Amino acid sequence: MKQAALAEAAGISASYLNLIEHNRRKIGGKLLVQLARTLEVEPGFLADGADATIHDTLQAAARAAVDSFGTVPETGRIDDLAARFPGWTGLIAAQQKRISGLEAAVEGLRDRLSHDPVLAEAMHEVLSSVAAIRSTADILARERDLDAAWRARFHRNLHEEAERLSARATAMLGHFEAPDARGAALSATPIETVEALFDASAHHFPEIEEAGAQAIPAILARSPGMEDAATRALGERMLSRYAEDAQRLPLSRLLPAARACGFDPGALLGLGAGDVALVLRRLAALPRAEPAPSFGLAICDASGALLFRRRLASFSIPRFGPGCPLWPLYAALARPGQPDAGLLEMPQGARFRVWAVAQPVAQTGFGTAPVVQATMLVAPHEATGPASAGGNLAAQPILAGPGCAVCPRETCPARR
Amino acid sequence: MANRILLVEDEANILEAIGFILSRDGWDVRGHGKGETAIEEIDRVAPDVLVLDVMLPGRSGLDILRDVRARSETRDLPVLLLTAKGQARDREQAMSLGANAFLTKPFSNDELIATVRALANGHATGTAQPADTPRDDA
Repeated sequence: MKQAALAEAAGISASYLNLIEHNRRKIGGKLLVQLARTLEVEPGFLADGADATIHDTLQAAARAAVDSFGTVPETGRIDDLAARFPGWTGLIAAQQKRISGLEAAVEGLRDRLSHDPVLAEAMHEVLSSVAAIRSTADILARERDLDAAWRARFHRNLHEEAERLSARATAMLGHFEAPDARGAALSATPIETVEALFDASAHHFPEIEEAGAQAIPAILARSPGMEDAATRALGERMLSRYAEDAQRLPLSRLLPAARACGFDPGALLGLGAGDVALVLRRLAALPRAEPAPSFGLAICDASGALLFRRRLASFSIPRFGPGCPLWPLYAALARPGQPDAGLLEMPQGARFRVWAVAQPVAQTGFGTAPVVQATMLVAPHEATGPASAGGNLAAQPILAGPGCAVCPRETCPARR
Repeated sequence: MANRILLVEDEANILEAIGFILSRDGWDVRGHGKGETAIEEIDRVAPDVLVLDVMLPGRSGLDILRDVRARSETRDLPVLLLTAKGQARDREQAMSLGANAFLTKPFSNDELIATVRALANGHATGTAQPADTPRDDA
């Protein structure tokens, strides 16, 4: 993109943009977000920490290179490399991010194949056609004494099966191309439809922030899939919790404090007056315009079943079944009320900061254990600022994954 | 007298192709395409080896395998399961239910012949490996 076009898109003059590019003007707030959106990069990439972002991304690329190719890049000279060849290092960093994104997408697809009966059947049909073609072609090529009637029959079968394969492959592609969270065949469960409702609004509802729970019926009415009673009831429940959260911790109180600490969850726990999960949920529901890291969210019950997800492009949370047993989400269940933080390293080398807590959500009676849910907030490591005190952020990263069903860590001791 | 093999597979062209090569290998081949009547067909045909597709109309191959192992008359029948690539869970379940071998589609004719021969000779092959030698009659 040319400088003039970028300046125009961001609503500033070309000369002002020039000053920013040469580090003669500080950049922040809405302008930072606007420029990042125009350039399709994370806001943190453009901010003062751009070098740190590239440094972290190149570190991740180096770790991936060691794991995947056995090559050992000179990680001690990353800063030297970045200073001498900023264009090339930027390109490597961008490609590393793209690789991470694609690998997360592949993990998601593998997950779908393992757990999605519609897709599994479609795949079986395609492979059955391939099997028929392979066997038939092998007979035609190798059986020299095949009589004319059999030969004609197998030729006909081959043609018929090729036609069938074409139709089956097209049908299967249709499944893959269905909008991830909204395809009717692939997102039939109430929880997925409700997650699609939240995804469509980037998990932020300005009308609930302003008008509270009375805005919920209008949101449900405009959202697809809410005709089903169970889905609508779940949607109502999740939006009601959102409304309650917005009332207990309004943006007018959250945003100034969050901006002041660089959106560090560890520094904001006090805002919940003891309810840490409330703070984590509110950070996963910030307005898009805020220069905050991309936050993902996972909520599970005491059985480990995932009740709600806000996905990150690069942090794969399974569509079905449990996540990785090493996630602090599950460790938190063993220590209700004690928030924890940690650093996760995914199989492809991408690192994420996580903050988790388990809290009672209902009491069943005197002398009985409460109903507990765990909540985990996730953010890309490079998008977060310096860690606040507490938790295991400074410790070695936890070598985690997206969930055993789709995790390539074959020797992981936690593997099911 | 030739050993008898029953192929329970709903894809007619697979049935015809593998039926043909197994016949050429000396087997008395019988085919059946429906899951829900497979058990009756097994009783009727009394095969020496059973080849079962996992995904069948009416009843899955895994359910049929469970019944085969539960019935005294078929408990020891050698069973080869046909699964599709990427369905590791099917394979794990097949082996835990007592399948003697499995092949993943698309398999080669050589793999099929080698696996069926191994089963007939009383060898449980587990994960069938691709045959690295040409067939005798090729």
